[in-house]
Amino acid sequence: MFDKVWDSHVVRKIEGGPDVLFIDRHMVHEVTSPVAFLGLKNRGLKVLYPERTFATADHNTPTINQHLPVADPLSANQLKALESNSKEHGISYWGLGHQKNGIVHVVGPEYGITQPGATIVCGDSHTSTHGAFGAIAFGIGTSEVEMVLTTQCIMQPKPMKMRININGKLGKGVTPKDVALYIISKLSTSGATGYFVEYAGEVFENMSMEGRMTVCNLSIEMGARGGMIAPDETTINYVKDREFSPKGEAWDKALAYYKTLKTDVDAVFDKEYTFDGSTIEPMITYGTNPGMGMGISNAIPKVEEVEGGVASFAKSLNYMGFREGEAMMGKKVDYVFIGSCTNGRIEDFRAFASIVKGRKKADHVTAWLVPGSHIVEKQIRDEGLLDILKEAGFTLRQPGCSACLAMNDDKIPAGKYAVSTSNRNFEGRQGPGSRTMLASPLVAAAAAVTGFVTDPRTLIQ
Amino acid sequence: MAYDKFNILRSSAVPLSIENVDTDQIIPARFLKATERVGFGDDLFRDWRYNPDNSPKAEFILNNPLYSGKILVGGKNFGSGSSREHAAWAIYDYGFRCVVSSFFADIFKGNCLNIGVLPVQISPDFADKIFRAIETDPKTELEVNLPNQTITLLSTGEHESFDISSYKKSNMMNGFDDIDYLVNIKPEIQEFASNLPI
Repeated sequence: MFDKVWDSHVVRKIEGGPDVLFIDRHMVHEVTSPVAFLGLKNRGLKVLYPERTFATADHNTPTINQHLPVADPLSANQLKALESNSKEHGISYWGLGHQKNGIVHVVGPEYGITQPGATIVCGDSHTSTHGAFGAIAFGIGTSEVEMVLTTQCIMQPKPMKMRININGKLGKGVTPKDVALYIISKLSTSGATGYFVEYAGEVFENMSMEGRMTVCNLSIEMGARGGMIAPDETTINYVKDREFSPKGEAWDKALAYYKTLKTDVDAVFDKEYTFDGSTIEPMITYGTNPGMGMGISNAIPKVEEVEGGVASFAKSLNYMGFREGEAMMGKKVDYVFIGSCTNGRIEDFRAFASIVKGRKKADHVTAWLVPGSHIVEKQIRDEGLLDILKEAGFTLRQPGCSACLAMNDDKIPAGKYAVSTSNRNFEGRQGPGSRTMLASPLVAAAAAVTGFVTDPRTLIQ
Repeated sequence: MAYDKFNILRSSAVPLSIENVDTDQIIPARFLKATERVGFGDDLFRDWRYNPDNSPKAEFILNNPLYSGKILVGGKNFGSGSSREHAAWAIYDYGFRCVVSSFFADIFKGNCLNIGVLPVQISPDFADKIFRAIETDPKTELEVNLPNQTITLLSTGEHESFDISSYKKSNMMNGFDDIDYLVNIKPEIQEFASNLPI
């Protein structure tokens, strides 16, 4: 499947160099695009296919009072730059306050910009999300954003191929996020560097599109450029009739193509892993990279059990204020964050609500609930989830990347502990000095109502 | 954006032996708000380099006057995480032209090559030797020879060769970037686009 999509997009192969790869769809946001637009201006270049690029503001936007002017002058300036650059070059722009505004990797699929078999890039490493549809999707740097704007191509060496098979049935309280954190804990944050991953097996076949997006989103956290899942009925039912999806005859033609995208039985992979889904527990991270994860009922590994740098492991635990060999369960939690391109979709809020229903938020916990888009926000209201959340003492913020990277005001204070459904637990990622434990929406909900790291399986009705 | 040509670089080096140095450490997200490429070197390793009150942290390697040079030697899996090219800009703008590691994250490596920072991947053993040599003598010099694709520890003469595609090598040696190449083949790209099946 990977070869088929990649090879059909190669404009030219350079001897002793990368492939010139044609990009079907390009998404831009306010943080990694301004210097690219400036580059175009300095070189006197234009955008070649403006209809293939879509702009939304998300990284730097406030998640409360979005109707008011953005207070931080630097953020406001960056948002203004995206708006004026988009207008100047005839690019669709979904800015703050626009009905379609939201996290780029949430709104892309929602509006059908994401299509099976397409090549999709964005100046953001979590572009791997769109691989859930059987697309080749990956993050690029700003120089490459400039290349795509002006030539619709980038230059990339073809990555190696890895397949990750997971069969078996997932246990109670085990979500796609846990599957992804489990894989990363096995492979480490560099285990898939240089590879493009295909996920296969009944665990992925049985997942919703939202779940598949969560898994593919986290491919980058094991070093892979991207990950993809072969399109099936679930994919096609999701894609059909969305605003930017093909219609009429074009849809029939597209559908015939989508159906050819399969992981061939005799496909050869450079590396292959197989795991048993029934052994996966709800996961939580204890360190400062996403590979430092464990089953929630386990103990933090001891130094001698860890492969690789002892000093880096010790530095990480020291930053977190944890000790080797101790349990994670029962650790006090100050903040809970649900949202981001990893877990900011409707299914994530359904999961969160299922645990907090009939319970109350722990008094000492500050909880930030941030939907990935206005569509998600509306679904939360329409499905009655907002009433459940309010009853339990939670409020809902407005769409954006928020505390995942803390570029706006949603910063976890220094030294505080957050259970977060986002994607990175790096030092200071959620604010200078913040301490992040990555987990699923169920684990986040359990922490929010108990105030401590808690196994969500004990709270599932 | 044009950058200085890279040929042979002989310099002392700054050792940062920590593994999994992610791009959030190289430049934290709150410093990504600029709309022009200026001043990123000041915020390189911001939270490791400065206290919250902006005073320098004496124990961090960049604040130690013993160590300097145009080469940064990092631990394994250098540059993981976010795709922010700002991380490579910060390294270049600070004054480094070359990063040496036993393993690089993919996007970071590509970003470096696109802006004129040479990523040199070496064996873990040679990386250990370089770290030890600099620890013993902070003035230890390395020679990175791009035409020959070799890196040499000048104090002992030990050397290793490193990989780079001939295309990227030629770009680095001439200060070219990919945009120059792509703009030149635009008619071929437009022809390709008009024949896409979907």
